[in-house]
Amino acid sequence: MMEVDVIRTENLTKKFGNFIAANELTFNVKKGEIFGFLGANGAGKTTAMRMLCGLLEPSSGKGMVAGYDIYTQRDDIKKNIGYMSQKFSLYDDLTVRENIRFYGGIYGLSRKEIAAKTAELLTELQLEKEAKVLVSQLPLGWKQKLAFSIAIVHDPQIVFLDEPTGGVDPVTRRQFWDLIYHASARGVTIFVTTHYMDEAEYCNRVSIMVDGVIAALDSPANLKLKYGANNMDEVFYQLARNATRGE
Amino acid sequence: MKKQNRSQLLTFIKKEFMHVFRDRKTLLMLFGLPIAQIILFGFALSNEIKNSKIIIIDYSNDITTKQLIEKIDASKYFDIDTRIESADGIEAEFKKGIAKMAIIFPPNFADNLQHTGKADIQVITDGSDPNVATAITTYISIIVNDYNAAYNHTSSLPLQINAEMRMMYNPELRGAPTFVPGVMALILMLVCTMMTSAAIVKEKELGTMEILLVSPFDPVSIIISKLTPYLLISILNLLIILFLSVTLLELEIKGNIFLLIFESILFILTSLSIGLLISVNATTQKGAMMTSLMSMMLPTMLLTGFMFPIENMPWPMQVFSNLVPSRWYFITIKNVMLKGLGFSSVWKETLILISMCVLLFSISLRKFKIRLE
Repeated sequence: MMEVDVIRTENLTKKFGNFIAANELTFNVKKGEIFGFLGANGAGKTTAMRMLCGLLEPSSGKGMVAGYDIYTQRDDIKKNIGYMSQKFSLYDDLTVRENIRFYGGIYGLSRKEIAAKTAELLTELQLEKEAKVLVSQLPLGWKQKLAFSIAIVHDPQIVFLDEPTGGVDPVTRRQFWDLIYHASARGVTIFVTTHYMDEAEYCNRVSIMVDGVIAALDSPANLKLKYGANNMDEVFYQLARNATRGE
Repeated sequence: MKKQNRSQLLTFIKKEFMHVFRDRKTLLMLFGLPIAQIILFGFALSNEIKNSKIIIIDYSNDITTKQLIEKIDASKYFDIDTRIESADGIEAEFKKGIAKMAIIFPPNFADNLQHTGKADIQVITDGSDPNVATAITTYISIIVNDYNAAYNHTSSLPLQINAEMRMMYNPELRGAPTFVPGVMALILMLVCTMMTSAAIVKEKELGTMEILLVSPFDPVSIIISKLTPYLLISILNLLIILFLSVTLLELEIKGNIFLLIFESILFILTSLSIGLLISVNATTQKGAMMTSLMSMMLPTMLLTGFMFPIENMPWPMQVFSNLVPSRWYFITIKNVMLKGLGFSSVWKETLILISMCVLLFSISLRKFKIRLE
């Protein structure tokens, strides 16, 4: 099977005045890959992610997402990506079904497609009985899983997850990662930022950002080998302790 | 940006309506507020003064004074206090706070009237409450002038009273007509700015705004979908206020109702733009609501002209009042609704409102877009 890059960047840079939030990022992400994007607070993760999602115009450098240019084809990029933010991002005062219908609707899915997707999604999450329940009444873990499923309701090529498992218990986190694997197996590329180093172990490849630059990029196994570490926690600590930018 | 197709936009607008209708408390406030205001201003806070006790001392005691006293007695504004029979007792009654006004017909009243065609009536008012004093003095002069007009159709007046006043458009000095346009301006301004700014900021607070921005849905359509429910609710509110004014307060809408609605929609759009502008800078719903309340409620109440006359304010405030959209709306509504004037009399105000609306909307749209970059 030929490997296709769904994200490719070359010297991607974002400056805010004199401050260089993201400095000459060069990396690529392959189709179907689970790509971990790590870094301490303030390292530039969010800036990088926002540039890839078309929310932020880069200062310089090149970038392609889902086969489209991040400067000129933002609209096409938006149709082909999904996004889940660290804030819980569903509408509390709408029911489970209404949330699915709304997000499907704004991505331009037809009535038929939305109905089919809703049924599929409710079965997968075992939420059939809760379809008419307001989202505010669901436990946090369920909301998170629902939010992920909704982020990929339009079958995007890539889904960006910005610290998706913040504040979730370990069991739910495990279940959440099952969903991620499931999506990845279907060919959806996963681009995920996280603070949890055990989650970094689940990724195919991991990039670690320190002070706006990519300090390391490889599979978790290779990184541990290279830094002589037992786990990703140690790898991360070795790289991040020299960081000059704090919170 | 590419245009959204219709069904995407409808999906969004439908969702906005769901938000509005699920939030019962806010919904109650949206529609309860205008109804409560109309009822409060219409009945409880009326600035009409009815049944004031009045002392009448008639030293002349002739046919003319008898007729005049009868007229005063028949008016709903006065109750005649018959216990006092000489001018010496007036002050005591004023001090007790029972009587508000005294009228003295001098002994030579009828004599003067017959021979010179002029006669004086002495009107004494308790000035400790100036508003009441002014109002009842006006009532009395209206009654006397009415009597004059009926008594003598020739141009020379047989009676003359010091304060001559003629109230146009509101001859009975009824409270309702003047405050209805004010309440309309206040309610529409508050509902539009507070509700829209809060609704937009809510998406920021929830984190859903980011999701929307990453979606192919374009920012202008987000704004349109967000504003639509409040535009419709405000129009409904407007109709409720007008309906209550006509039925409950017996207020007659003299001008063209469509012109009235057109001007109101213009004002609603201006207020929505202000709400949008507030939402760009606010980060929390509470902050947005407080900003709307502080920046809109006070200027609307104070600088619109419906509570305090702008002409009497110091000039910096007069200049500043020109920037308050509700000031122009208030003038327009008064002219159309109470005076029955047509578009030709309010084109200037309309033009000012249109420019404000266009200016505010384009500023907030630009700011909204910049914010996303």
